[in-house]
Amino acid sequence: MDKTLAIAANTFREAIRDRVLYLLLGFALLMIGSSIFLSLLTVGSREKIIIDLGLSAISLFGVLSAIFLGVSLVFKEIDKRTIYTIVTKPVGRAQFILGKYLGLVLTLSVNLVVMTLGFYALLLYEGAAHARLLPAIGLTLLELLVVTALALLFSSFSTPILSALFTLGAYLAGQLSWSLRLLQDRLDPGIGRAVCEFFYWVLPNLWRFNIRAEVTHAVPVPLAEVGLAVVYGLAYAALLVFIACLSFERRDFT
Amino acid sequence: MAVLEISGITKSFTSHLSMGRTQVLRGVDLKVEAGEVLGLLGANGAGKTTTLKTAVGLLRPEQGSVRLFGMPITDVRARARMGFLPENPYFYDYLSGREFLDFYARLCGIAPSRRAARVAEMLARVGLEDRADRPLRKFSKGMVQRVGLAQALINEPDLIILDEPMSGLDPIGRREFRDIILELRRNGKAVLFSSHILADAEALCDRVAILRGGKVAACGRLDSMLSDRVRFWEATLSRVDPASLNVPHEKIWQRGEQVVVRLQEAEQVDTLIEEVRRLGGTLRSLVPHRRTLEDLFLGELGYEAPEETKAPAAEKPPIPKSRG
Ligand SMILES: Nc1ncnc2c1ncn2[C@@H]1O[C@H](COP(=O)(O)OP(=O)(O)O)[C@@H](O)[C@H]1O
Ligand SMILES: [Mg+2]
Repeated sequence: MDKTLAIAANTFREAIRDRVLYLLLGFALLMIGSSIFLSLLTVGSREKIIIDLGLSAISLFGVLSAIFLGVSLVFKEIDKRTIYTIVTKPVGRAQFILGKYLGLVLTLSVNLVVMTLGFYALLLYEGAAHARLLPAIGLTLLELLVVTALALLFSSFSTPILSALFTLGAYLAGQLSWSLRLLQDRLDPGIGRAVCEFFYWVLPNLWRFNIRAEVTHAVPVPLAEVGLAVVYGLAYAALLVFIACLSFERRDFT
Repeated sequence: MAVLEISGITKSFTSHLSMGRTQVLRGVDLKVEAGEVLGLLGANGAGKTTTLKTAVGLLRPEQGSVRLFGMPITDVRARARMGFLPENPYFYDYLSGREFLDFYARLCGIAPSRRAARVAEMLARVGLEDRADRPLRKFSKGMVQRVGLAQALINEPDLIILDEPMSGLDPIGRREFRDIILELRRNGKAVLFSSHILADAEALCDRVAILRGGKVAACGRLDSMLSDRVRFWEATLSRVDPASLNVPHEKIWQRGEQVVVRLQEAEQVDTLIEEVRRLGGTLRSLVPHRRTLEDLFLGELGYEAPEETKAPAAEKPPIPKSRG
């Protein structure tokens, strides 16, 4: 376990040197800040627009950071050949993958905290720093766990660019996968219905992590629903990381 | 039991230009015994790196097997007793030498209480103590190579595998690297290293293996491979007219005032001495030319060693061979 943590710590150290991270963080803070001006231009509750935009910016830029850093996470180690001296040490390949994953998750968590602090600074200024928004940000962290695991898995067998496209595709499909359930109900039992069912289960149900509209409008979210989303996110991410480890186990490093 | 036993490994790569695959290793057998230094020699592209990467588990052989301390390479207990320095290594360049080695010590499971001391010891061993806190980004190629050796030795391995360890080092660095390898051997460690530089192998190896055509073309103790036989004798004579010299020789030519005769057989040497005496000349020198590693290397690679070292510009062309 200490070996995994050592790799995670080193991954964190490397990731926080990545300019892309700061660029995306800058954009996120810019978008959070600019919600003040946008709220002046649009009709509707000023507070709700600021909250809605802020929460969306945190999720969007969190996901983009997860994709961009996630797809090159392992690729960089292979490309720069730093992996040669890591996996030849008495370190299991699964330990390596897990360490890389945890290191990036730590980076993204810190990033999320920074964005949240920026967001709450603005909310304090606006007098709208409600604690009820925090669960929405908490679920964003779970979304990032899943998206990072997707990026890691795709990058374990393809190039960073393709992996980024795959991950983005899976992310979008995962936002909309609830509609498969609706479609399924309209179909007669048969092959079409089975296909719907299959994709519903295979695609990440990322919409489960989105309670932004509810917290914005102060609509209560059942605790069971949040709990289910947490369990689902952890299990789904764990499964993806496990598959990534398997795919990595037999790989050649040329 | 051999420390490392590679038997019959094959490996091919898909080449980008053609649709087919290039077979790089065609059944490589190699055994490293405890406490010996084995040099893996071969021209560029012979497959040395591919062999070593398969040995350390970075590549999976298509056929054949690799046993490290009697265990498969996937066993971390086997890897715990091995150290590896890749060809032209690259490391996390944002870490300082000390941080880098501490990280690797942690990967080897060295207890936190012993880590700092071990890292300091390794830094001293490769002569980097005073530059230990600079980031690797600012290290020269030679310094990276040294810190690379330090990471390979940090777990006090019984087998150290080094891929072209001397490349990119200046003469002082090469000397220090050699000394470290010899010291490892004195301490009973086994070393397997690849090189295309023969002088390194001659200076260090107990045994060499020459890789050619995807196989080990020759393998053995350096002394027995080389002192096999005298390839030819070369005699330098003075005050002798080459035309009147009646010895069955291989070649004869004039070098300044002197005459050089190359003889193939030991019996011809006696005849030559009698002839020189008969003609009233002087035998200046008589040198047996043995097989060198270079002859062996080139010979094993399918070239015939050149018959004669290049003549200096001032030298006269060889005298036509006389019958005799
Ligand atoms: N990943 C790879 N893909 C395709 N060809 C490769 C790969 N790695 C090595 N080769 C080829 O295999 C041959 C042997 O390479 P290598 O083992 O690096 O030789 P050496 O270390 O003896 O110089 C070379 O012809 C090289 O082009
Ligand atoms: Mg090589």
